Amino acid sequence: MSTRDRELRFTHRHLLGIEGLYPFELTDILDRAERYAALNRQRAAIEPLLEGRTVINLFFENSTRTRTSFERAAKRLGADVINMSVATSSIKKGETLIDTAVTLNAMHPDVLVVRHGDSGAVELLSQKVNCAVLNAGDGTHEHPTQALLDALTIRRRKGSITGLVVAICGDILHSRVARSNIHLLSAMGAQVRLVAPSTLLPSNMGILGAEVYHDMREGLKDVDVVMMLRLQKERMEGAYLPSQREYFHFYGLDYDKLSYAKEDALIMHPGPMNRGVEIDSDVADDIERSAIQEQVEMGVAARMACLEVVTANLEDWRKENGL
Amino acid sequence: MSLKPQGRVVYVNARLLDPATGLDVMGGVLTENEKIVDFGAGYAKADGEYGDVSVVDCEGACLCPGLVDIRVQLREPGEEHKGTLKIAGVAATSGGITSMVCLPNTTPVIDDMSVVEFVARRARMLGLTKVYPYGAITKGLEGKDMAEMGMLSESGAVAFTDGVHAVSSAKVMRKALAYARNYDLLLVQHPEEPSLAAGGDMNSGDLAIRMGLTGIPAVAEVIMVARDVRLAEDTGGRLHFGHISTAESIDIIRRAKERGVKVTCDTAPPYFSLNELAVGEYRTFAKLSPPLRSEEDRQAIIQGLKDGVIDVVASDHAPEDEDSKRLPFAQAAFGGVGLETLLSITLELYHNGHMSLLDCLKTVTCGPADIVGLPAGRLEKGASADLCIFDPDRGWKIDADQLASKSKNSPFDGRLAQGRCLRTVIDGRTVFEL
Repeated sequence: MSTRDRELRFTHRHLLGIEGLYPFELTDILDRAERYAALNRQRAAIEPLLEGRTVINLFFENSTRTRTSFERAAKRLGADVINMSVATSSIKKGETLIDTAVTLNAMHPDVLVVRHGDSGAVELLSQKVNCAVLNAGDGTHEHPTQALLDALTIRRRKGSITGLVVAICGDILHSRVARSNIHLLSAMGAQVRLVAPSTLLPSNMGILGAEVYHDMREGLKDVDVVMMLRLQKERMEGAYLPSQREYFHFYGLDYDKLSYAKEDALIMHPGPMNRGVEIDSDVADDIERSAIQEQVEMGVAARMACLEVVTANLEDWRKENGL
Repeated sequence: MSLKPQGRVVYVNARLLDPATGLDVMGGVLTENEKIVDFGAGYAKADGEYGDVSVVDCEGACLCPGLVDIRVQLREPGEEHKGTLKIAGVAATSGGITSMVCLPNTTPVIDDMSVVEFVARRARMLGLTKVYPYGAITKGLEGKDMAEMGMLSESGAVAFTDGVHAVSSAKVMRKALAYARNYDLLLVQHPEEPSLAAGGDMNSGDLAIRMGLTGIPAVAEVIMVARDVRLAEDTGGRLHFGHISTAESIDIIRRAKERGVKVTCDTAPPYFSLNELAVGEYRTFAKLSPPLRSEEDRQAIIQGLKDGVIDVVASDHAPEDEDSKRLPFAQAAFGGVGLETLLSITLELYHNGHMSLLDCLKTVTCGPADIVGLPAGRLEKGASADLCIFDPDRGWKIDADQLASKSKNSPFDGRLAQGRCLRTVIDGRTVFEL
């Protein structure tokens, strides 16, 4: 490895969020992911970089998609994977997050993939363990691997992220996907717009480095990418929005609103979709423009790249600390 | 601890500071048993002829009335694993506090005379910092039915509050203010509209957005302050707001005072020495109620103290054990310990040039004593010999692990402070010496 390579790579033991990462660190992960994406598509053999390693998927919130994606990624790299979900753990018996971390740490895992319902919980857990920690979503804070797979999808379709105009639409206030994407896309030189009613998009969200729009047609004007977010059912019934149909009328993505975007605008959604709530079925299934299936595919590649880099960095960290 | 009378003791060679009278002179204090007998410039010399009296040489340090802290949570009875009267007493004396008023949010709640008497008796037996309880405004702090404020007052409750709960119903608050007026009782409100604060973790604003935490907007405090000022005006009742944290609340209180409404307020050291950035990296020790606010709010609090709109600085001592704080931010308990750091952090107002030393001390001595009507906070012949001897310049590092408090949840952990209590005297007995 040349000196230059050493300098321009992702060097952290954990991946807890996108905020604060340099573009070259993100590019390092994306380049590796790009390679895995191609190999996965060819069903090619992959060097088992994680052979003999243990990856624990620790999910305090239910998630089939993300957990399966991480499991697939880890197994592709040859790791032993243990899935722990809240229902079968002692969390419900009153064990604290830190007790859980200490207990799991004693099993000498190499990577903990953690999802938790509270912002900052994954960071707290990472302070108590000797392995690498990947944030698979913490509260309404960050979901870094989702942003990386989104970026990978965009890069493959559009060639580059720099200079693109990306609109993120929906429940931005409660979205960790939105936060990670805003950080990543703006770090990579895209212009980010946020589109939502003001109850789901306080005006100061612009401080994250994006423009705020409350009119969807205005917000979608000439954009290259439309990224829709999932709207939680409990937010549609009066607390944040008067009704599902009013939301769809003003903020649901249909062909009329989409016509304001560039003709070749890419449609994305982190899933699972609420068809007819935030996105019209026809638009979601538009083979020409929807990248929603590809996002799932890229999820495995992006997570393989994340597992690869944190495991390599963990080795360095263990050597430095004599572990 | 010995509760024996101490005979005659003279504290000499001190910079006497009495905020109530503006006295600031080199001198000393003569005590006999539990009372102050005399004080003044006549006791300045360390090697003076004082006769058959024990002499304590203050070596030029400041001597002021013992501090009075009107917002303390004690956790006894009910949650002794977080804090007890004894531990709070030790912590308070090490911070120069000689009288403190405790919130009624114990288990059982201080809404019954037997609990008032229990707390008072336990504290008296310890012989440490004097403890005066607040009574509850409503039974069980439930915000519905009034507690027996008249009888609680007769048995020793100095004022009334629902503690960390706001009396949220305007109707209940209006009735309580009107009823309290019968006996000229003071009500203390935690000004926070619960429906706006519910589920919140920290101040609403840019940082909450960035961290993905739920905000508690400043307006939650502001509308409760505005509402209660009007209710106090309407009923003629006496009202005090605890731990004011926002610029706009101060404006409302300023205007109310100008109109002659019987309203006073306090703030706590975190609100003029820290801002919301302290919760960065999800530091749960900085999770306070009300939440640490913006830098503009912090500066407005300092201005409010300078102008005298804010009458008092109280510690807002709220011990929480590790199990309540070593959690994801949203799950962690609110509150920080503050007895040991009240004097040092308040002295920052003096060191930073915002207030004179006397004005600064007034907010923690006669200021609070006058509001709740305690016979404390003054250098007076015949008054209890409750004294704080401190070095305003002594530097130290606040280390949570070194604090006397059982719970270590100080928002000031790691901070370098200037000014420290050297000796605390209660009823003529030295109860703390550095």
